[in-house]
Amino acid sequence: MSTENQQATGQSANIWPLWEVFVRSSRGLSHVHAGSLHAPDAEMALRNARDLYTRRNEGVSIWVVPSDAITASDPDAKGSFFESPQGKDYRHATYYTKSEGVKHL
Amino acid sequence: MTHAQPTQAQPTQAQPTHADHSLDSFGDAAASATRVTPGNALRPEDIAISPDKPNDDVAEYALRLGDDSLILAQRLSHWISRGPELEEDIALGNIALDLLGHARSFLIYAGHALGKSEDDLAYWREEEDFRSVWLFEQPNGDFGVTIARQLVVSIYQHLLYSRLVDSTDPTIAAIAAKALKEVDYHRDHATQWTLRLGDGTAESHRRMQAALELVWPYVDELFDDDPLIDRIGDAGVRPSTLREQFDADIAAVIDEATLDLPTVPRAMGGGRRGLHTEHLGYLLAEMQVLARKHPGASW
Repeated sequence: MSTENQQATGQSANIWPLWEVFVRSSRGLSHVHAGSLHAPDAEMALRNARDLYTRRNEGVSIWVVPSDAITASDPDAKGSFFESPQGKDYRHATYYTKSEGVKHL
Repeated sequence: MTHAQPTQAQPTQAQPTHADHSLDSFGDAAASATRVTPGNALRPEDIAISPDKPNDDVAEYALRLGDDSLILAQRLSHWISRGPELEEDIALGNIALDLLGHARSFLIYAGHALGKSEDDLAYWREEEDFRSVWLFEQPNGDFGVTIARQLVVSIYQHLLYSRLVDSTDPTIAAIAAKALKEVDYHRDHATQWTLRLGDGTAESHRRMQAALELVWPYVDELFDDDPLIDRIGDAGVRPSTLREQFDADIAAVIDEATLDLPTVPRAMGGGRRGLHTEHLGYLLAEMQVLARKHPGASW
């Protein structure tokens, strides 16, 4: 196995970089964010995730992503980002009345 | 909350409404961290209620394997709260718990023949009654020494349990089958760290090499045969037959880690006969003091 692993960037030399962990449960369809952890590289991050987030038989698959690689929306931009769709009923199918004679809707 | 979450299980008495729901988003409450789903693997408790009783020789063999795991579990537990990082703290703690599980299984089974419980065997035997080999009782040292000891132990145990799954003793075979998956992970953990420390900085390389030199005198004893091995036949595994594969497996890791295979003379050994290094007494004193000070105490 190679030791030339993917390195998360932009971290201080003496602190292990942060990784976000996504776990798919045995009956889940998608990987779901479970939390975060520190690890020196991607392969160790997977192993730490196994120890931290699947030790009670929770998962069948794990993804780890360098936290740096995630771009998050600005919490202060809540209004402009997420509240503007409110009241725009016409973006929902239920806003429209069914036309006469249209089947299978 | 304006609508019910269809995937969330109804709270039960075992799962109160104020439970931590931070992991419920896994979408499967039955497999969430708030509810334990241990699966169907063999548990020590299953062996405790089993009527199967080993003969005296197989019991002695189980005692050896159980003591190996018990002593190492106690050693590794010392890393809890002392790991180099929180995540590594948990990794070593998990490994210690796995080993404790193996120890309980073997000791319970041995106890069926000896008329003793697992606690009798763990807490009320004296140093000369323990059958673990010397490697397992050696001090943790720095993280590199612990990893070097883990590398030797996990490769050895992986080979041992791979063969013991075919033991003619069904209980020994079942314990080995359960343990095999766990030591496979221990081996991976030790390998990953050996590669990183050996092929890391000049300082980590130097310390990892020194760590290998420190544990290497205790390697040979793992593979010593003795008359008990003749008597139990196919219920056990002849240790010397594991040596060739062990040498190949560990040399591959050490080589990839840019480290050198140590060439140091072996330690005398004698753990299988109850002869131990000076370290075991202190370890036992710490492990046994609570049970001896408060006999019969329970959680």
